[in-house]
Amino acid sequence: MNRLLDAVAAIGRALLGACRLTGSIALFGLEGLSHVVRPPFYWRLFLRAFLDIGYYSLPVVALTAVFTGMVLALQSATGLSRFNAESAVANLVVLSITRELGPVLAGLMVAGRVGAAMAAELGTMRVTDQIDALTTLSTNPMKYLVTPRLLGGLLALPLLVVVADILGVLGGFVIASAKLGFNTEVYLTNTLNFVRTDDVVSGLVKAAVFGLLVALMGCYHGYNSRGGAQGVGAATTNAVVSASVLILAFDYVLTELFFAR
Amino acid sequence: MSDLPPKIRIRGLRKAFGNKVVLDGIDLDVAACTSMVVIGGSGSGKSVLLKCVLGLIEPDAGSIEIDGQDVLHMDRHEAEKMRARIGMLFQNGALFDSLPVWENVAFGLLARHKVDQRQARLRAAEVLAQVGLAPSVGDLWPAELSGGMQKRVALARAVAARPDILFFDEPTTGLDPIMGAVIDNLIVDCVKRLGSTAVAITHDMASARRIGDRAAMIHKGRIVWEGPATALMDSGNEVVDQFTHGRHAGPIQMELRC
Repeated sequence: MNRLLDAVAAIGRALLGACRLTGSIALFGLEGLSHVVRPPFYWRLFLRAFLDIGYYSLPVVALTAVFTGMVLALQSATGLSRFNAESAVANLVVLSITRELGPVLAGLMVAGRVGAAMAAELGTMRVTDQIDALTTLSTNPMKYLVTPRLLGGLLALPLLVVVADILGVLGGFVIASAKLGFNTEVYLTNTLNFVRTDDVVSGLVKAAVFGLLVALMGCYHGYNSRGGAQGVGAATTNAVVSASVLILAFDYVLTELFFAR
Repeated sequence: MSDLPPKIRIRGLRKAFGNKVVLDGIDLDVAACTSMVVIGGSGSGKSVLLKCVLGLIEPDAGSIEIDGQDVLHMDRHEAEKMRARIGMLFQNGALFDSLPVWENVAFGLLARHKVDQRQARLRAAEVLAQVGLAPSVGDLWPAELSGGMQKRVALARAVAARPDILFFDEPTTGLDPIMGAVIDNLIVDCVKRLGSTAVAITHDMASARRIGDRAAMIHKGRIVWEGPATALMDSGNEVVDQFTHGRHAGPIQMELRC
């Protein structure tokens, strides 16, 4: 009986811990976003975050998108040929890229590149007293460090996904026309006729949410890191892992919201 | 002692982290325009005391007054105004490594005094000169500086906005004795020039005697002795004597954990 109670108590403690963590992250995010409308706003830091996320992540996201589009065209062509439905390759590629793979893969790439860097930078600032120093210099660390990054993530990832969508479709087009022998004009016409505005918009909304999640996880884990180099390392790992899992979980939730009938 | 009210008055300050009681009823007064040095062993709560006064850590009980104003019950706006009057030198400098030296020094001026970049840069060069650094150092990054230079830049940042209260957290830790003496002299010079009230925490006895007008010792979360800094080496208090002379035997027992 005691063992059963211990097990239930352990589950209860874990659940309470998860609730506490969720609440703490939500409050952290809300406070960070609330400073967007409370001056002063640090435009220079916002631009730096925007460039870090949007511009410097461009090569890795572009490569991922191109290769994903290429693989998708190859796989779908071999799969669909079993049903004599090769003509659907263009439709499948554009739908998969704009609705799912563009935002998800861009989000995961940015989580690995930018989320980790944010957590490491803020974590180092925490353990070297730089965040306390900001407070003593009459500067709100949330406003100075967190808000520009959250806004940067929210706005930069949709732009990255626009590029990823174009390059992903282009990758599919190149393979379809050069390797699979599709007529280029027909392929492009199929792509443009099939894709709808809400396919692209839903992907961009997902991208904004994923960008916010990546920045939030990077900032939260970095800002609250403890215990020197080991703490900063743990914060970096937690930021990437939690952002990746949340991207996939929120991808399901948003897909359900947009497309479930 | 003067009849004037103290600049900083701390009463019954308590702070515990879990079961570990760090501050157990600290009472301390710091008179205006004087330097108080707080000494104590590693982990005795000196840094926690400073962070409580700065509002970086919330104490469990007690009161802290600056110029008669209770700093623990101020709203955010009042607290920011109060912090604008305080300069702080952190133990490891805590320079912002994403900013060049001049922006580090002028950070407080740009953040709260709303001066333009050109004026801030001029003031940064002026303060850097006061701590013995050439204006060209302003264009370097913190990672390019030696430990002693980083301490000087951190001191320049602390005094740039001409605060009327200065806190120094272990100002000479990690420096060689000569550089330590240089930093101490710069601190004394800055405090005198600004007419500030200073609180320094250290376990470096030479530094304590150079910086302080008065000294106090924290042991087991309480102030166990207070007196002139010149009496530190001959206080008549067996706890202080053991600490200042570095004796192995005495009332201070190192806590060992198995």
